[in-house]
Amino acid sequence: MFLAFVAATLVITYFSARKSSGASAYFAAGRRITGWQNGLAVAGDYMSAASFLGIAGMIAMNGYDGFMYSVGFLVAYLTVLYIVAEPLRNSGKYTMADMLAYRLSPKPVRAAASLSTLTVSVFYMIAQMVGAGVLVRQLIPGVSYEVAVVGVGLLMVVYVVFGGMLATTWVQIIKAILLMSGSIFLSVLVLREYHFDLGEFFTRLTAIESTAPDGTKVVRNFLTPGLIFKNPWDQISLGMALLFGTAGLPHILIRFYTVPDAKTARSSVVWAMAIIGLFYIMTTFFGFGAASLMGPDYVQANGGTNMAAPELARKLGGEVFFAFISAVAFATILAVVAGLTISASTSFAHDFFTNVIHHGKEHQPGQEVLVARIAAFVVGALAIVIAIILGPGVNVAFLVGLAFAVAASANLPVMLFSIFWKRFNTNGAVVGLLVGLTSSILLILISPDFMGENAIFPLKNPALLSIPIGFLAAIIGTLLSKEVPSEDKFVEFQVRANTGLGSEKATEH
Amino acid sequence: MNDPQPSAADKPPIDWHRIQRDPDFSALVRSKARLVIPATVFFIVYYFALPIGVGWFPEFMEKKIWGDMNIAYFFALSQFLMAWVLAAIYVVAASGWDRSERTLLAKFGYTSKH
Repeated sequence: MFLAFVAATLVITYFSARKSSGASAYFAAGRRITGWQNGLAVAGDYMSAASFLGIAGMIAMNGYDGFMYSVGFLVAYLTVLYIVAEPLRNSGKYTMADMLAYRLSPKPVRAAASLSTLTVSVFYMIAQMVGAGVLVRQLIPGVSYEVAVVGVGLLMVVYVVFGGMLATTWVQIIKAILLMSGSIFLSVLVLREYHFDLGEFFTRLTAIESTAPDGTKVVRNFLTPGLIFKNPWDQISLGMALLFGTAGLPHILIRFYTVPDAKTARSSVVWAMAIIGLFYIMTTFFGFGAASLMGPDYVQANGGTNMAAPELARKLGGEVFFAFISAVAFATILAVVAGLTISASTSFAHDFFTNVIHHGKEHQPGQEVLVARIAAFVVGALAIVIAIILGPGVNVAFLVGLAFAVAASANLPVMLFSIFWKRFNTNGAVVGLLVGLTSSILLILISPDFMGENAIFPLKNPALLSIPIGFLAAIIGTLLSKEVPSEDKFVEFQVRANTGLGSEKATEH
Repeated sequence: MNDPQPSAADKPPIDWHRIQRDPDFSALVRSKARLVIPATVFFIVYYFALPIGVGWFPEFMEKKIWGDMNIAYFFALSQFLMAWVLAAIYVVAASGWDRSERTLLAKFGYTSKH
């Protein structure tokens, strides 16, 4: 089952490697992906190990609070739909930095944007690697966590290095379909245990027994909020990271360049929202299902928090269904990591290599694509190493929450200002990106996650403080510099962002 | 300098200023703002009402309204509905913008592909 998926995706990679030639094909799938295809691919890119394994695990261990992630993950798409998607598609070519550099001095902006893209991608990727490692370890006896992480890492590098955006897109689409069908089936199996009576399902959740860290048995109502987030500010901070971070995630943004125009970009967000929403509502069925049918202690003893969903499948549907759900989870991870790798390597090749080092000119045809392939390999290796150092115990949804915080603090402020603020200049963009990036990472390092009881910063997620810092830095950076951006460029940007005139078109074949 | 290259289709340089000064263009931009700004404010407020509610008003949020399902759970579910409804509203409004965009561009002799 598992191997069949891997084989199928390698075949896709092989065929798209033969079909795609040239930069637009490699980086943007020739801009010929349709709305529903891209919608599925966005959903595929988004419903990561964090969603399937992480949220299910959080709900299974502590109930309601895990569901807060699900809500934030969906509502965040309104930010993407209403504010970012169309101007981005109309003004750019391959990466977020295209939009930022449009009316500013390209080199420093691109260098800073590339750095923040790489950082967010690696953060996000680490979470996926941890998920993959735990999964494979549980699935194939005798394979250690470390070996599993390395294996997954190499596999995804193969997709990206050889297949480019087209292969990655198809891997996302297949994975989204698999994940949705697996989740629907798992939800139905859970509800069957309660004779499809939702009332009974929820009543059972009001008394879940588990063992506290000190060894005593406790009985908790899993529908009660606040079992994870004791401090309400933690909830607000996480909510800010999710709501404002999605619109700054490079691997989601990059998908809007694969479609022919802004209109298709819009319809793909809507398709994605429909699929993603259904999926996140189902997280309550398998998350709460795992809590009441297996219990937190059982989950903890069988693969830990990240394995709640697959273990639930084993319990309800036997070994075959366990293998299927694990394959789905694995496919999920591969697809997301492939999306992340391609966004990181595209940014490095297109923004940093071609536009910063080589002044926007390609010396030899195909050089940009070659550099992207090498970058994909390096980024993958880096994520593998960090995932091994962190080890299998961290919850992957939590890790992803941190990636969202970094994206929200560094990328979102400069994106908004470059769309809406005429006076915004190069200095503001660079300072905003760098300060947003470093402040969010510093706050993570001095948070309770890393410093435990003696933490200097009290919140688990830095967004509450680091997003305002990112905005402030962009404003102050702008005002401190005398540079007044070209009026002509703003007019051009405004017309282009609003009408799509002059935007990148689909390549003809 | 500016790397997004104009595509081959629009050979003569585009007079961006003339389009920007056109009353139809400002009408389009205003019409977008009229939906985007209030909708954005609304979904931000609605979304943060959930963590604020469960964080500071737990007694209220834990009130059971249907069997053992409490307000907190229904409020969370309503967020999904809210997101879908706002997305639908956006799509309807945006198809209107597409029409005015086509008319606007046609006035200047450009055909947009949609």
